[in-house]
Amino acid sequence: MNTLILVLVILALATLSYVVGTRRSTGLVDNKPKDLHSLPGYYGLYVAMWCGVPALALLALWTAFEPTIVKHMVLASLPAQALLDPAGGPLSDQRISLMMTDIANTASGNISSGASQSYISEAAVYQRSLTDTGYWLMAAVAVALGLGLASLAYRRISPKLRARNDVESGVKYFMIACSTVAILTTIGIILSLLFESYRFFTQVPVTDFLFGLSWSPQTAMRADQVGSSGAFGAIPLFVGTGLIATIALVVAVPIGLLSAIYMSEYAAPKFRAFAKPALEILAGIPTVVYGFFAALTVAPAIRGFGETIGLDVSSESALAAGLVMGIMIIPFVSSLSDDVITAVPQAMREGSYGLGATKSETIRKVVFPAALPGIVGGILLAASRAIGETMIVVMAAGLAANLTANPFAAVTTVTVQIVTLLVGDQEFDSPKTLAAFALGLVLFFITLLLNVIALRVVRKYREQYD
Amino acid sequence: MTSNNTDLVRAGLARRYRAEKRFRLYGLGAILVALAMLLTLFVTIFGSGLGAFTATEMTLEVTLFPQDVDPEGNRDPDVLSAANYRKLISQAMLDLFPDVTTRQDRRALLAIVSDGATYEARRRVMADPSLIGQRIDITVPVSSDFDLLNKGKVDETSAEHERRITDKQIAWFKRLQDRGMISTTFNKRLFTNSDSRQPELAGILGAVVGSMYTLLITLALSFPIGVAAAVYLEEYAPQNWFTDMIEVNINNLAAVPSIVFGLLGLAVFLNVFGMPRSAPVVGGLVLTLMTLPTIIIASRAALKSVPPSIREAALGVGASKLQMIVHHVLPLAMPGMLTGTIIGMAQALGETAPLLMIGMVAFIADVPGGPLAPSTVMPVQIYLWADSAERAFVERTSAAIMILLAFLVFMNAGAVVLRKKFERKW
Repeated sequence: MNTLILVLVILALATLSYVVGTRRSTGLVDNKPKDLHSLPGYYGLYVAMWCGVPALALLALWTAFEPTIVKHMVLASLPAQALLDPAGGPLSDQRISLMMTDIANTASGNISSGASQSYISEAAVYQRSLTDTGYWLMAAVAVALGLGLASLAYRRISPKLRARNDVESGVKYFMIACSTVAILTTIGIILSLLFESYRFFTQVPVTDFLFGLSWSPQTAMRADQVGSSGAFGAIPLFVGTGLIATIALVVAVPIGLLSAIYMSEYAAPKFRAFAKPALEILAGIPTVVYGFFAALTVAPAIRGFGETIGLDVSSESALAAGLVMGIMIIPFVSSLSDDVITAVPQAMREGSYGLGATKSETIRKVVFPAALPGIVGGILLAASRAIGETMIVVMAAGLAANLTANPFAAVTTVTVQIVTLLVGDQEFDSPKTLAAFALGLVLFFITLLLNVIALRVVRKYREQYD
Repeated sequence: MTSNNTDLVRAGLARRYRAEKRFRLYGLGAILVALAMLLTLFVTIFGSGLGAFTATEMTLEVTLFPQDVDPEGNRDPDVLSAANYRKLISQAMLDLFPDVTTRQDRRALLAIVSDGATYEARRRVMADPSLIGQRIDITVPVSSDFDLLNKGKVDETSAEHERRITDKQIAWFKRLQDRGMISTTFNKRLFTNSDSRQPELAGILGAVVGSMYTLLITLALSFPIGVAAAVYLEEYAPQNWFTDMIEVNINNLAAVPSIVFGLLGLAVFLNVFGMPRSAPVVGGLVLTLMTLPTIIIASRAALKSVPPSIREAALGVGASKLQMIVHHVLPLAMPGMLTGTIIGMAQALGETAPLLMIGMVAFIADVPGGPLAPSTVMPVQIYLWADSAERAFVERTSAAIMILLAFLVFMNAGAVVLRKKFERKW
């Protein structure tokens, strides 16, 4: 909250610099702005830019890195015996991070379990003093930087200064920085996934992960417990994900494709104007709503139906999750197919009618083959959506990793496991937590691959008729 | 030979026309199936959620004995706040049923009143200490099982062990009803309370405020960044590998599963930068990264639709490139950009999975005090309630979904209106 005040102070200083800079520029030419190179406002912006931008950048960097530095300094200040366990060996990382949390809690005035120990409270006082000095130091440096650069810029103001060009190139650099956010995000995703996965693969071999047939990530607390090793074979998860996504596509592809054909070839404009947005509502409903619908209504209905015909259906069956997910991706299939079907040149249809074909024969034998690559692209995009979908399966699919292709059984998926591994208490170095990142890496690459193929297929098709 | 062929075609015509009709019906059928599923979804959720908008309350006559509330008589707020109101409520309940004597029965009887009764009594006393010593009427919520009973959602004919409430309790409740002490009112608590373990006290306010903070941060970051990036790519960027790479990245990010953004947030924002868990700030940052591609793509389309003649005219009268963009192109493209932003915000409002990763799933019973305070958001609240074992949470989950959908409809309708109003054909 204090940082917010500091940001506001700097913004106020920047506004002040704007006013001062504008005044100075008009003052230099005796209120005859036509003698200036740029409009007076640009001189104000020039000074304001030098005042605000570097100071704000400094604030951002400082707040991003201060906690880490403070943590190291506090750790270094602790007495040596605090870092040893009772047996005399060095303390494990988890214990250290627990201790740091205690110190932080004591420092912020909360009750913490370790407050009784004197070195904890001493460290807390030290941490408090560090953050306090840090804050005032940051405030002083940022304000000094802003004022210093502003006064330099102020002095440079002269009728010949090309203020507009400087301001405009500043804005341009800002825009370039904004558009690189996309690249930085991708790099961030890849690096964080790769780094954590690498740590996972140092503990569990890659081949065990990719080809193992058994998944039970619960590692025991004590070494002598049953199942203490944990098994990280991800094949059951891949199969479960594939099963649910296949069911979803079996539902969505026929419905989506047939509705797209009907809407683009048969429907009266009025019906189309109503049905198309109505179908698109399906894409706008939050997935958590679908998850609730699947768990509350669809799964019990399927289970009840299975019982009446004598089938043993799990209450977390893959069928329920897949069915609801299928409903969700109908609009992806239908709107993309609609686009490509409409893009098929009218001349091809007319040629077919001229030969005496009926409308449905034209659609099946001429329009559909011509639109096929685009439709395949759309289906691939829908498949990637189904694979990455999380909430429906978290709420409606199971947790047990069964290696089965039976749609009535409970299976689990990659996304469900990521959520279960990371929600709740976590220790950051255990393979259990790191496994989530390895799963995320697999998920990222599979969906990326599907998207790249889909976009390529669609683009190739478009070139043919454009 | 020719007549033969014609005959052949004629013979097949009826079959072909039947096939034509069938194919047409398949198409219509597909649309109707999809719409029927949409309808089922809405009907199920609205059907089970409407009940949560009413609450069953009970008017209880409570005597505020001075020796229990304020033994020393100096009206010290600390003492008043810490007094044992539960005892007073229990006394009031037991007075109503002098025939209930055994310990077990007494406990079963007291289960009718919600824990909210003690808060209500405390609130009344704190607001007006002069009530102490008087006999006042307090309107208190009944606990969720009896709320369901009153709404007719408990099957009284089923065997006793299959229900959460006993035959005796039902009889007591009937007696209360006969005395006219039970009333049904609009469920204010759903809108003014935050999460609670007791379904009858649980409300959505904390989650709405959390969603608001998260969306504000998302909007404050993603709109300027998205517009700036779109302007650069559309108006400035040279044709080179760097621009290509940015475009490829934006398109790919638009298709990355949302949960991967959650993993990014966990690994980078929480573990590297040490930001607080469960805070709307982190949620807002993650959702910013997620919605940026949507906003950039929509903004670029809006910029593209501004005709080049506008740009040329501005440049022709001596505007610089930035002046041309800021004074002429951006105002014309703004409605399209805002529409894209609203759609991105609607997506962000309904997103759950990445927020689970950064710990916004905690049980938060308070309204979050700021963007750094632990909080939850509406879809996560829905997820948490859907996971609860208490049956009464089912209708609250549905009600929360209805509120969330109302927000989404409102936002999307805003986007449509904006597009209709400012749409311009050149």
